[in-house]
This record gives sequence, C-alpha cells and structure tokens, in this order.
Amino acid sequence: MDVSNAHLLDDAVVTTTLDAVVTWGREASLWPFVFGTACCAIEFMATAASRYDISRFGAEVLRFSPRHADLLVVAGTVSYKQAPILKQIYDQMPEPKWVVAVGACASTGGFYDNYTTLQGIDEIVPVDVYVAGCPPRPEAILDAVISIQKQLKEEPKFTLRHQEFKSKLDNV
Amino acid sequence: MSETQHINASELFGVIFQAKEQEGFSLLLDITAIDNLDKSHPTSTRFELVYILRHEDFKTLKIFKVSLADPLEGVESITSIYTSAEWAEREVYDQYGIHFKHHNTLKRILNHNEFEGHPLRKDYIITQGQYCTTSQDLMDEMQPLLEARCLDMKEDDLMIVNLGPSHPASHGTIRTLAALDGETIVAAAAEIGYLHRGFEKSCENHNYNQIIPYTDRLNYCSALMNNIAFSKTVEEMLEITLPDRGIFIRVILSELSRVIDHLVCLAAGLLDMGGQTNYWYLFNPRNNAYDFLSKLTGARLTNSYMRIGGMTHDLYEGWQDDLTDVLAKIDQGITDSLKMITHNRIYNDRIQNVSPVSADEALQYGFTGPNLRASGVAYDLRFSDPYYYYDTFDFQMVVGSVGDTYDRMMVRFDEMHESMKIIKQAMEQIPDGAINVSDKRIVMPSKDDVYGGIEGMMNQFKLVIDGVKVPKGEHYGAFEAANGELGFYIVSDGSGTPYKVKVRPPSFYHMAAYPKIIENYQVADAIMTLGSLNIIAGEMDR
Repeated sequence: MDVSNAHLLDDAVVTTTLDAVVTWGREASLWPFVFGTACCAIEFMATAASRYDISRFGAEVLRFSPRHADLLVVAGTVSYKQAPILKQIYDQMPEPKWVVAVGACASTGGFYDNYTTLQGIDEIVPVDVYVAGCPPRPEAILDAVISIQKQLKEEPKFTLRHQEFKSKLDNV
Repeated sequence: MSETQHINASELFGVIFQAKEQEGFSLLLDITAIDNLDKSHPTSTRFELVYILRHEDFKTLKIFKVSLADPLEGVESITSIYTSAEWAEREVYDQYGIHFKHHNTLKRILNHNEFEGHPLRKDYIITQGQYCTTSQDLMDEMQPLLEARCLDMKEDDLMIVNLGPSHPASHGTIRTLAALDGETIVAAAAEIGYLHRGFEKSCENHNYNQIIPYTDRLNYCSALMNNIAFSKTVEEMLEITLPDRGIFIRVILSELSRVIDHLVCLAAGLLDMGGQTNYWYLFNPRNNAYDFLSKLTGARLTNSYMRIGGMTHDLYEGWQDDLTDVLAKIDQGITDSLKMITHNRIYNDRIQNVSPVSADEALQYGFTGPNLRASGVAYDLRFSDPYYYYDTFDFQMVVGSVGDTYDRMMVRFDEMHESMKIIKQAMEQIPDGAINVSDKRIVMPSKDDVYGGIEGMMNQFKLVIDGVKVPKGEHYGAFEAANGELGFYIVSDGSGTPYKVKVRPPSFYHMAAYPKIIENYQVADAIMTLGSLNIIAGEMDR
C-alpha cells in the first residue's frame, strides 16, 4: 500500500486498540435496571433527579426491561419472596452485566436479621460493588457507578464474567 | 377514648355486626392476635384475637378481645360485615395460623407460598429464614373472580397481564394480575408481601428505643412521622407528656414530613403520567427539605431523631432561616407544578372520574387519611381527636367530593398548603425550654453526668441494657400520618422489650381495595390510581 498519501487523512483516522474502544463505549453508556424495592429506591430517585443527576456519568437511560440493561442496581431490601424474581431478572440481562448492591439490606440483609430477609443478594447474584449506608446518600450511589466504570476498564472485554458463581437458587 | 370488651368466640360475629349496624362503628381499623405462649404473660388460652373498631364520630375506639382455645377451629370470618377484614384476616392466618371460617381466600399474604410455620408465634425462631423458589400464578384468586362475573378466558377472549412485582409503575414491590378485555380490566388480583421485613417480630427482641430505627423504614417517605407515632404511643402507655418545646418540634417535623410524603406521591404520580417536568419541580424542593433534615438529624431519609420521652437533641441555631427557605422553595415548586396541570386537559381528562370510591365504600375498605378524605369523609385525627395542640392551630381539613384519582391527588396538593400553614404558626409560637421529659427512668442522662459520676453512668447503663420499662398493659395509639391512620397496638409485659407490637398500616388497606377499584377501567388508568393511593410497600408489608 502506498503510504505517501496518508497525511491527507489528517486526524480523520485514529489508531487505537479494540479493547480501548469497547471500554470507552461501555463506561459512558451504562444502562441501569433499577430493582428498587424500598427506602434505597427513594434515594435512587433522588440520584436520577436533577440535583444529583446521574446523567453526568452517562447512566441516565433507566431501562425497566432487563433485556435493555447492563447495570443491575439492587436498591432496597430483598426478601426471600423476592429472591427468585431478582434471579430471573439477572438471568434475563444480556452479557456483559454488572451488579451494584445499594445499601445495607441488599449488601448483607442490614438490620433485618430475621425470617423474611435474604442476608445479602450475593447469595443469589454475583455483586460487583457494594454501597454502604441505610440508605446511602445519592453521592454514594454515583460513586458506585464510577467504581463500575473504573472496574470495567481493567476487566477482560470478551469473556463471560462470574462463571464460577453459584447461586443458592441454582438447583431448584 | 377506647374501651376493651372481652367476648366469646361463638358470639364474635353477632357482637361485631351489632357494633357496626347499631352502634355506628363503621371503620374496622385492624385485626391482630396475641400469642400467650411465654409464661411471663400467662392467660387461660394460648391465642387471643384483637379487633379494633372506630366509631363514625372518628373519636371513639372499641377493642374486642376473643380468647381462642383452638387456632385450627378459629372464629367466624367477619368479611361479610367489613370488606377490609379480608386481608386483615389473611394476615392473622399467615402470621399466627388462626383459622377464619367462611373466608373465601384464606391463604398466606405476607410470607411466600412455600413458607412453613407461622412466624409471629412465639415458638418460631426469628432468624429461621426459608428460601422461596417459585412464584404463584395467582389464578387461584383470579378464577373465582372470573366465574363470579360469568366470564371465561377463552370464550370471552380475555388476556391476562401481570404487572409487577418489578415494574416501574408498581412503586416498589407490588404485583397486580389483571384480566383484560381489550384494554379494559375486567378482574384483578393483587399480591403483596415482597417487602415483608419482619418488623413486628423484630420488635419482640429489641427494646423500645431500639425499635425507633425500624419505624423509620415503615413509611420511608415520611420517616419522622413514624418515629413520632411510635414514641407517642409508648409515651401514652408511660402516661407522660412532653414539654411544650418538644411537642412543637414534633408538630413542625410531622407536618414537614407530611409535605415531603405528598411531594413524593405527586411527583411519582405525575411522572407515571408522562408529566416529567412536574417530577423535577416537586422533587427538587424535597431535596431542600432533606438538606434541612440532615443538618438537624444527620440523615436525609431515615432520621431516627425521636426517642421515648423526647428526642435526641434540640434544634440547631438558625433553623428558622433554613426552614423558612425550604418552605418558600416547596411553595414555589407546588405553584410551578399546579400552573402546568390545573387547566391542563390531558391531566384532567385522564384522571377525573377514574376509579371513584364512594364514602361508604371507602369506609368499608378501611380507607383513612387523604384517600378517605378524597371520598368526602371528613375524618382527620388532628380534628376529631386532637393531640399535640392541633386544635389551637389555624388550618383546614381538605375534603374531596367524588373520591376519584383526581380528588386523591388534589387533596394532597391542598394538604401541603395546610401543613405549611401549621409549620409557620408553630415556628412563631414555639416556646423555649426543655425538649425531653425529666425522668431518669426514661431519658438518657447528659454526657457530663455519665462521665462525671457513678450515678449518671449507672443510669445510662441501665437504660441501654434494660431499656425503658413500660407498665404492663395493652394500648392502641393512633396518629394521623401522611397516608392515613397509623396505629400501633403494643402489648407490654412490664419489661423494656415489648411483648408484641402490631402496626396498623394505612397502605395495607388501601392496597386491599386497589384490585376492586381498578375494575372496568383501563390499564393506563390503573397505573394512575395506584400512584394516587400512594402505596408505600415498607409500611404495607412491614
């Protein structure tokens, strides 16, 4: 190929790696599915509203179909009754997908150490980022989005994640 | 005014029928049970049923107690007297395993369908969780509904649509199954319990002040009100009254919470309808209110600011300016929002005459609060049985006429103005002085005393370890919360931990009526109706 004319293209051509392009695309367009159940969901509403404005981080396209989403935000207490629904929604999401456990209940069951409450959603789905707080402030939820963005830069781009994860509801 | 009457299981139906038809107790507030298994609380039978009724003067209460020899034999269902008993009895069956004869759908309501045992029985271990693997199809409830309407899935070409429990317009975790003829709902059934977090069981192993953070998470849109309602009920059992400054702080914060609660309801309701700008206008001033609350209490949403006998600390210096600013912003938000909807045909046409509930029906369903007032029933505890000097404030009760979705929303808009009127008056009148009762058995000593002397240190130690000891007895305390009558039925055995706590959640009864009132309306209307009822799952499922 004759490269003598390459200068004519100027900066119309950028050379990069495929990984970098994919990362760039993914980190700026996380589409959250909000599995909002309780108090934390109210704080998520505040995160999405104009003052905290999650769209500054490219994650404002809230999808309520798991097929459209790649970021599962579990905001609120997940009870045993709710657990199979959470698992179904996670399974319906296409790869690649990330999960944020917002708040004490989703992370560990919180102070609901009783017969109703799942002691952390990581019994059911693999969690990438845990957010402390009961409920966390909107800034903390934004921080989780940024953490996911950082994390996905480091990860392999074209392999399935969490293949070794075993869910408590896998064999039922 | 409340009166407790012990009756036999066999005469229950007759007595309650008479109370309603002849004595005018038109509102069934709640049904619950007490498990007397623990020996510290001995009675002749293991189970007792408790029926709480309210008179149509909205002041007098009547509590019927029934001793129950055999939970499997149970008692006669009163669903034919009060529609609201349907879900209330199901809950007692689910939590205590008490049977109700001639109840149409006596099945679990809060716990999942694979659950074994009855968690509020004293011999059920609190931490014994049970995994759930499947969901119900709810056709066991749908089929009788269709048969009653002489409908057939195939012949009438009906379609089943499942809304929720994870659905953007289901406001949390509510599931509705609707049978559709075209776009019209011909029958519907609802399933709740997805956010059942065992509040009542948790109360039985925490002391009174430890329960306050749990009450925050009942109705998390107006957490402070739940704090106040619970503390007020316990204080009534202790027969103590707060100093005036404490009462005024509670009034100010209650009314601010009511405004916040209504703002969330209306913002979300209008968002469901496509009016997204209203969401920004109503939601942003709410953030200003949260700034004020976090400055005061340290938390935005779940404040835990109240304690039995008062509150953790006094208002900070300069709070008046902050609160005045918040009120101005809220007022601006409401004005902006109303400008866009008052004469907006889309808004008015979409919700006027949708799912109207008549006054009689509303009482039958057990409605309280703004939803009942929208139906034209002038019931507000702040007027009918005033507490905390509510009779001295100049404000009005907002009452609707038709009880449709429009009324339910507009009553809330107007109530926010009334609440702000109360806040402004209370800000002017608030006296100086103590905020807590001065009783060492109830309120924590000052830190100077704790670190400065053995008496103060022991005082703190006893209060932390044993908690506030509440005299033996049973009491139902009611409070006009943002969504309606929030009641706590507390049974004390004299220790620092309640023997039993039952919440009377307004949303539970509103939700029970929901599948009935959306019938004959379209799916899009049902979404608006749900928004206007303001179902808060934390309070409904507890």
